[in-house]
Amino acid sequence: MPVIKDVVCTFCGCLCDDLEVTVEDNKITKVGKACKLGRAKTMGMFLHERIEKPMIRKNGKDSELEECSYDEAITKAAEILVAAKRPISYGWCSTSCEAIEKAVVLAEETGSLFDSTANVCHGPSALATQEKGAPSCSLGTAKNYADLIIFWGCNPVHAHPRHQTRYSTMAKGAFTPNGKKDKKMIVVDPRNTDTAKKADLLLQLNPGTDYVLVEALRAIVNGHADVLPDEIAGIPKATVMEAAEMCKAAKFTVIYFGMGVTQTRGRYKSGDNVSSLVSDLSQTNKVVMIPMRGHYNVTGFGQVAAWEAGFPMALDFSRGVAYYNPGETGTNDVLMRREVDAFITGAADPGAHFPQESIKYLYKIPAIQVDGYANPTTEFSDVVIPAAIAGVECEGTAYRMDSQPIRMKKLIETTFKSDEEILTEIIAKVRELKGEGGA
Amino acid sequence: MAEMIIKNGVVYDPKNSVDGEKNEICIKDGKIVDNVGAGAKVLDAEGCLVMPGGVDGHTHCAGKINTARIMSPHDMRYSPIPGLSGPEPRTKLLRPQVGYNTPNTHAIGYRYSKLGYTTIAEAAITPMMARHMHEEFESIPILDKLALVLMGSNWQVMQYIQDGDSEMLKSYMAWALLASRGYGVKIVNPGGGSNWTWGKNVTGIDDKVIDFDVTPADILIGLAEANEALNLPHSIHVHCNNLGVPGNLPTTLDTMKLLERVKASQDRQVMHLTHMQFHSYTGTSWMDFASGSDQIADYINKHDHLTFDMGQMIFGPAMTMTADGPTEYRNARMFDAKWSNYDQELEDAGGIVPLAYTPQHFAHATMWSIGLELALLVKDPWKVMFTTDNPNGGAFVNYPEGQVLLMSDKKRQEVIAGFPDMTMDRISLPNIDRELDWGEMTVMTRSMPAKMLGLEEKGHLGAGADADVAIYDVKPDKVDVSVEHEAVKKALGFAKYTIKGGEIVVRDGDITALPKGKVYWVNAYENGIVQTEKDRLITDLEERFKKYYSMQFSNYMVEDAYVPRPVEVRPEVA
Amino acid sequence: MIETILISARTIDQGATLEEKTSQAYFDAAAYCELNEGNLEALGVSVDQNVKVATAHGVVVVPAKIDKRLPDDIVFIPMGPWANAIVDPDTCGCGMPGFKGVPATVEATADPVLNMKDLMATYKE
Repeated sequence: MPVIKDVVCTFCGCLCDDLEVTVEDNKITKVGKACKLGRAKTMGMFLHERIEKPMIRKNGKDSELEECSYDEAITKAAEILVAAKRPISYGWCSTSCEAIEKAVVLAEETGSLFDSTANVCHGPSALATQEKGAPSCSLGTAKNYADLIIFWGCNPVHAHPRHQTRYSTMAKGAFTPNGKKDKKMIVVDPRNTDTAKKADLLLQLNPGTDYVLVEALRAIVNGHADVLPDEIAGIPKATVMEAAEMCKAAKFTVIYFGMGVTQTRGRYKSGDNVSSLVSDLSQTNKVVMIPMRGHYNVTGFGQVAAWEAGFPMALDFSRGVAYYNPGETGTNDVLMRREVDAFITGAADPGAHFPQESIKYLYKIPAIQVDGYANPTTEFSDVVIPAAIAGVECEGTAYRMDSQPIRMKKLIETTFKSDEEILTEIIAKVRELKGEGGA
Repeated sequence: MAEMIIKNGVVYDPKNSVDGEKNEICIKDGKIVDNVGAGAKVLDAEGCLVMPGGVDGHTHCAGKINTARIMSPHDMRYSPIPGLSGPEPRTKLLRPQVGYNTPNTHAIGYRYSKLGYTTIAEAAITPMMARHMHEEFESIPILDKLALVLMGSNWQVMQYIQDGDSEMLKSYMAWALLASRGYGVKIVNPGGGSNWTWGKNVTGIDDKVIDFDVTPADILIGLAEANEALNLPHSIHVHCNNLGVPGNLPTTLDTMKLLERVKASQDRQVMHLTHMQFHSYTGTSWMDFASGSDQIADYINKHDHLTFDMGQMIFGPAMTMTADGPTEYRNARMFDAKWSNYDQELEDAGGIVPLAYTPQHFAHATMWSIGLELALLVKDPWKVMFTTDNPNGGAFVNYPEGQVLLMSDKKRQEVIAGFPDMTMDRISLPNIDRELDWGEMTVMTRSMPAKMLGLEEKGHLGAGADADVAIYDVKPDKVDVSVEHEAVKKALGFAKYTIKGGEIVVRDGDITALPKGKVYWVNAYENGIVQTEKDRLITDLEERFKKYYSMQFSNYMVEDAYVPRPVEVRPEVA
Repeated sequence: MIETILISARTIDQGATLEEKTSQAYFDAAAYCELNEGNLEALGVSVDQNVKVATAHGVVVVPAKIDKRLPDDIVFIPMGPWANAIVDPDTCGCGMPGFKGVPATVEATADPVLNMKDLMATYKE
């Protein structure tokens, strides 16, 4: 049986690249070494239904989706984008960088807004980076050196299941040869999560008080513990002091932070302050921070958008050059302002992951979906274009949560077009409609 | 069969001893040739300045710069030099452009081309991150590119030097160039990057590296000797220890003296020292800090084993980015600036901090002077490359500014007149009246970088060279650069013609075509390393990957897909 | 009825069924809420009975489950359409809606849980 080794898993930002995939008759029959998420993702197309054919709604949102050809769907998509005065392109995170590059071109040529799923995950972390920087390291450095792991507002047992064994608390590295025995672990979370169960210390803060807790830690690290009250963010001062002492005692600390930091009160200001804490502690100890990215290539979107157009997310090409002001040009902002008049999304599911008010508006404007599977986004989409699954049915580049690029493999043949091909064809059609030639 | 002949130009081609002569330049199929047929397209240069296409042998243009972009949306909107910076909407031909210190990839290609530059060398990439760099390379239009690969804090390198295993060191270096599709060996703050992973640094070339029984001196000598044993086209390319530290002069001199004992394998330096401006400080603190350019220049004038580049500072905002992690943390704390850091497993460190240089501060004024002093005090222009260490000392779009400063004492004195008094006893520039001529400028911006890198088809206009040509709206026989420096600066910023591979890519300062450039890389592994040594290396690397890397060995090497137009250079095996 | 704070976040089952959002498995993984035992008792609700979770931004009906380790007065719903029916859409001017820390009331209800398609259809105005 042919087994493909060192396959890159395309679920989360861990981008584990050691999977062993058995392929029989162009079917994936076994996925070795993957976690539950990776197995479900890699074997997905044999476990549940694909979008088999391109589909179009011919008479508005109340009509049913009807099957059509790729050409028809791509033409319809191009017509919608060209007719729109203020289109938006969103998503492109569970796909290859090569596809994202095409999505940038399409957005430029249609004067679109252009945004990634960071809008609902680590967008505030990018803003924090712009405020205070991103002192970070590669996951291998973390594995080899870190003797204190802090999971702040993230729950890897559920969201990044192999993180702890490959890179963090359980990983054995050059200076941590005994794995867990050589490391301490702090979890910061309002919930006593499955990750927290194995922590040396849980800082169970009140929801929305992350900023306060970071500030308290900074006060202690900078020698001002005396100004702190007896309870901080719902945690006894003594416990916060203990956490600060663990940081000061550690040779190499990694703060992994998740949506518990980015989605709560304070948003980017909390991440900004974590960065300041890292800088403060770095006077005496080694400390870095790494965002726990969700979509396996949401990091790649930020990279590609930044090198192609200058900004990592929330770009607005309506002026012919990228304008950037998250909070104004972020996807949920423009949807809630009911500002845009056409929507294209790919390799993401805003239908499932946007707040209700945004989705209400998506039911009012023409929407195009490029995806392998039906999902809530399909419910309001007027054009549905089925795509091959990147990293399984087509190759390309993806960036790990630590910005390490890895080449995804093609494991099986498919008749579906890749995101890259679909976008290339939409671009050609847009140029034709705008009279800019089919080049 | 595309043929072209450039007539009526005033040609500077120092490699071929052409110094401002009205020669014709013949181009056929992207190459310079001795003659072309009667049907060749005629380009009338109208008495203007003609040089080979510019070669930037040290620039941070792909890879780490992207983190700097993400950190600095303010830079994208900043436009101090209209036409070469800031936001510019897309056109039918061009992609949108943004940025000044950290422009998007398309702007990098367009703007270097407008300056008449056609080849750029990314100065610092780890093998593991090379894939990212190549993705950006592919997105930068027009220019030819190459990459210098960081090896000065690499675990394999330090282990093999510690073991005294020069064969393994050679094998690994050759393999690392192959794995990263890189061109040359870069050493940044040798050993310091490794120590920075513990939050520490080294303070000179004889300090011990924490985790390996080696010193920066051992690393420099080990890599230099292996570099020559592999007969690589470029020498080692060194960023010394103690960058930007007052009193770092002895460290720099120690490093230069250390390399005297290494013999070059070919007709070039054994070491290129980069951004020398940041390494030429006397004193013990910022209070008594002063220029040490005279001592550096004196040494270089008396020795022939090394070359250097200026790292000229340009006043205004800059974006510092370097594999010198501890330096960036120090910058961030000193200026309370935002700070990004990246420790790349087993390979090197890195950091990014935005700064701004001002002529009102004596320290910055002194640094600005040192860069110019170095270039003017060193007599032989073939030892000097013009750089700003883009964008550490300043953005590359300021090259015309820096170049004109070297050609006009008057302009220098105008700037110096605005410096605070505290600057004056720290610098010697006011007393240096040398003004470089066009031939010397051509050496420092074209011919020397090409020779220093070992790029035989670049930096000259002899038969066989790539047809990369820059024509500027300057009449060398009519203009007095010393006086008319502003007009010359403008002309150098917007080439009358830039020809890349025989194709006109800039006309009257505007981009006219978007060919894709080549990527040069050095394959010293395939023929250069014997099979038994390859086997020994791979066995060791597989073990190291299993234990220490976060990526599988089989997924590590840059795939061919990322280098679609490679130029593979195979050094002769000794 | 109890006053709580809503938190939404990933779970492994929600993640494993991410590419099959039309399935029963996804419904089972994303359409529920968790409270601690004390809160559930106070509501007079037993496991798998439906509750109505309401915020200033919407109302959703989901079955209740127990997470013994949850603090008092926190209601957890896995990220997905059911949580997003009631999260705070305000981005506070920085792009990110409020997916966590939203004041919410929870009460027992006899209303049914909407499946994915029916839930989505409620957004058609």
